[in-house]
Amino acid sequence: MTKKPHHEHTHVHSLLPSDPALRAKAIETLLVEKGLVDPEAVDALVDVFSNEIGPQNGAQVVARAWRDPDYRARLLADGTAAIAELGFSGMQGEHMVAVENSADTHNVVVCTLCSCYPWPVLGLPPVWYKSPEYRARLVREPRAVLDEFGVRLPEDIELRVWDSTAEIRYLVIPQRPAGSEAMSEAELAALVTRDSMIGTGFALSPEAG
Amino acid sequence: MDSVHDLGGVEGFGPIPIEADEPVFHATWEGRVLGCRFLMGFWRLWNIDANRHSLEQLPPAEYLAMSYYEKWAAGVVNLSAEKGLITPAEVEAGYPSADAEPRTPPVDAAGVRAFLPQGRPAAREIDDAPIFAVGDKVRTARNMHAGHTRLPRYLRGRVGEIISHHGPHVFPDISFKMEGEVAQHLYTVNFSGREIWGDDAEPGHSISAELWESYLAVED
Repeated sequence: MTKKPHHEHTHVHSLLPSDPALRAKAIETLLVEKGLVDPEAVDALVDVFSNEIGPQNGAQVVARAWRDPDYRARLLADGTAAIAELGFSGMQGEHMVAVENSADTHNVVVCTLCSCYPWPVLGLPPVWYKSPEYRARLVREPRAVLDEFGVRLPEDIELRVWDSTAEIRYLVIPQRPAGSEAMSEAELAALVTRDSMIGTGFALSPEAG
Repeated sequence: MDSVHDLGGVEGFGPIPIEADEPVFHATWEGRVLGCRFLMGFWRLWNIDANRHSLEQLPPAEYLAMSYYEKWAAGVVNLSAEKGLITPAEVEAGYPSADAEPRTPPVDAAGVRAFLPQGRPAAREIDDAPIFAVGDKVRTARNMHAGHTRLPRYLRGRVGEIISHHGPHVFPDISFKMEGEVAQHLYTVNFSGREIWGDDAEPGHSISAELWESYLAVED
């Protein structure tokens, strides 16, 4: 028996048009024409990720955790179940772990091997999260990387980097900003940025708004 | 497989490409590619591990030069051809061959909307008790294989501490082959920056990663 011609198959992509938009059109046309993909299902996915799933979901989780100590305890004990209480679950969030920033600890998340990201709470990842720069550098020089995001941490703050190597997905609970004590859950959610839930930012200050 | 996808700690890269007010998709085609790749998974001819492995097999220079959705486009075409759903000739021509049998897509718009909140959990049940417990010191493996693995290079041969146990999860090093599924206990292992990067490590940081039981050995 001869050895399987491995590269003949794995490099079929080189037969596609070189322009990315034409390439995508060629792929979708072929898959739809062959009855392999329903174009309305593609429309549905684009709609869901553009309009329904995004960091506004995670912001609700964080705001609830800031206001409700029992919810915070449930979130830290079983992230998946607590996040599902607010209606967020599923693909790329099947196994959620929440990690909490405090006066002496800061958490930040990366996927060095690909681009794993908690879709149900944050949506699709930004380009920088998927970039070789972030994936290579965060684990080696996390303080230098965070500095580029404007996150300057004193040396005595313990920095915990989470590399998402399996199907566990992380949600960072940022520190609740000073001056937010009287705010409603909806007002608090507006302070929670995408980056603050990855660990490359802080929650917004109420005064800044 | 030791290729350029395994980026942790690689030096020489420049500033992080941060973009203010970034849109979800930078061009319409990105969303179409996301949709196609996602939906082709419903043929169940590959799983998430095989999907990741298809991207790892891109030539290194291409992998680094391609955007995320360009990689997805390449990955879905390569996997679809490998599994016989499309042929290289069809990819080159841009339309189905004359003798292609028309098929019915395995999922429609309502089906994929219903699927998203379910997802595909990776947790499984097995009879084997976990070998390690929280607080145990472990050393990661050095010897790797040519296929798919989730033990990054920068964490090989290092000593860390188990900080949580997630129960059995599907083991990617076998699962990617699509020849049957095995589950192993999965742990979060914490390593000090100094253990990984030596004296050059930045002060006061640690790195945690999820690692399967067979990646780990007891360290006294």
